[in-house]
Amino acid sequence: MSEDIYREMILDHYRNPRNKGKIEEPDIRINDSNPLCGDEISIDLKVENDVIKDIKFDGRGCAISQASASMLTEMVSNKPLTTIKDLTKDDILENIGLTNLGPARIKCALLSLKVLKLGMVKYYVDKDPSSADEMKDQSKVY
Amino acid sequence: MQALLDVYKIRQDFPILSRKLFDGKNLVYLDNAATTQKPKEVIDAISRYYSEYNANIHRAVYQIAEEATEEYEKTREKIRKFINARHSEEIIFTRNTTESINLVAYAWGGSNVKKGNKIILTEYEHHSNLVPWQVLGRTKGAKLNYLQVDNEGYISLEELDKIISITGEGKTKLITLSEMSNVLGTIFPVKELIKLAHDKKIPVLLDGAQSVPHMPTDVQDTDCDFLAFSAHKMLGPTGVGVLYVKKEILEKMNPFISGGDMIKEVHKENTIFNEIPYKFEGGTPNIADVIGFGAAIDYLNEIGMKNVREHEVKMTEYLMSKLTEIKSIKIYGPKRSEDRGGLVSFNIEGIHPHDCATILNDFGVAIRSGHHCAQVLMEKLDIVASSRASLYIYNTKEEIDILIDALNHARRIFKT
Repeated sequence: MSEDIYREMILDHYRNPRNKGKIEEPDIRINDSNPLCGDEISIDLKVENDVIKDIKFDGRGCAISQASASMLTEMVSNKPLTTIKDLTKDDILENIGLTNLGPARIKCALLSLKVLKLGMVKYYVDKDPSSADEMKDQSKVY
Repeated sequence: MQALLDVYKIRQDFPILSRKLFDGKNLVYLDNAATTQKPKEVIDAISRYYSEYNANIHRAVYQIAEEATEEYEKTREKIRKFINARHSEEIIFTRNTTESINLVAYAWGGSNVKKGNKIILTEYEHHSNLVPWQVLGRTKGAKLNYLQVDNEGYISLEELDKIISITGEGKTKLITLSEMSNVLGTIFPVKELIKLAHDKKIPVLLDGAQSVPHMPTDVQDTDCDFLAFSAHKMLGPTGVGVLYVKKEILEKMNPFISGGDMIKEVHKENTIFNEIPYKFEGGTPNIADVIGFGAAIDYLNEIGMKNVREHEVKMTEYLMSKLTEIKSIKIYGPKRSEDRGGLVSFNIEGIHPHDCATILNDFGVAIRSGHHCAQVLMEKLDIVASSRASLYIYNTKEEIDILIDALNHARRIFKT
């Protein structure tokens, strides 16, 4: 039932998103949208010595996509960039406390992770174009 | 006062309406603009074809093939009558509205639209009546001109006149628009528009996906040159669309899909195409579902399209009046229900449409949330999505009441 989805934690992050906005001169700026529903997420990152020094997200969409993005920024802030590589779909769903979402809504919850992984891939490929092949599957989350 | 149509009796013809969802909840199906439910007459007609006379049409001489051909062609005639076309060969079967429009874009547009030409459409078009023209325009070097939609959801014929004049004589090759918007619900004055276009010798394509299922259609009266619509939005099965084209235009059109069934003679170096409409129906068609569509047309005729329309006007009035009572709701499209088809798009402040639809599902209520395949319109309205409730012949006031309860519950959860 939807009361299980729209608990206070989700609604709080939806209404008062953490780390929302833009970073001036970010090291990574990346965005994506969910073509089925039009949810949009963009993420800015500041990276120092491969550690995420600052992260901000911006976007429009449903409570699940926006709250999930807000919680994800808290989760990876000040962590090594490589942690993004290891983050899985289940990590996100557990983090936001929604492990029984239907197939349509799961995509809302995972959009921000997808964007973050795309950003990480872009960062490494920009640094070392020869890694493109090796990195190309790293942004898959579904 | 006597009811226009006996909704409760009609409901008994739809097996899905008596199924139970989780917790024994009834299905409150309000997503009819996406697809409608099917009466048992349609389901039975399809099943009868497969169990009694399944055979390929138009060629074989044995009994069941002749029966199949006859039933398939009967549907063509039923559709001719349903939209009041002059000739049954003006009716082409496709897979859906999208394919019908693509057929015009490729087969007609391919030889009639040239570099520097213009195609006029509106800002509220469904992607199915927008992307094919973008693709054609890109191939041919032709441009699209968008007719604006105002805040109330109307378009202006003066603006259309202006656009045509600015473009220059003979440059505008086609005007293409939905007769009814799938987001705003607006029914547009196509007859006047077509008259204006024809005065300037411009043909008009109507996307009838939303209008044909919900009101009487008369192609001789509107005088449209092309009309596209889908069976599955009017009680019929998925996988069948219709394209109506005026005979004099159709006779000059090149084929779209080539191959079997659309030929008269094939030689190593050349082919003589079949006559219309078969020239446009390459390959084995969706025989079973075309026959099923015939049963859907019979069902609608039994009710009467005027009654369908009157029922929806009344129900839309009720839906609009109930929605308006909800705090901080924004309703899109015309205020007058006679200018509307049976659908209403809305947003409740602070609740995203997807969240709204998820909560409504707890009540068994099925509505659509999203951009409704009309992203150009969404940009114009400056929203990413909306919720949409859309009605048909089997919907009741009680179901609208359940929708309203569910919306108020969503407001409580989101504390708006």
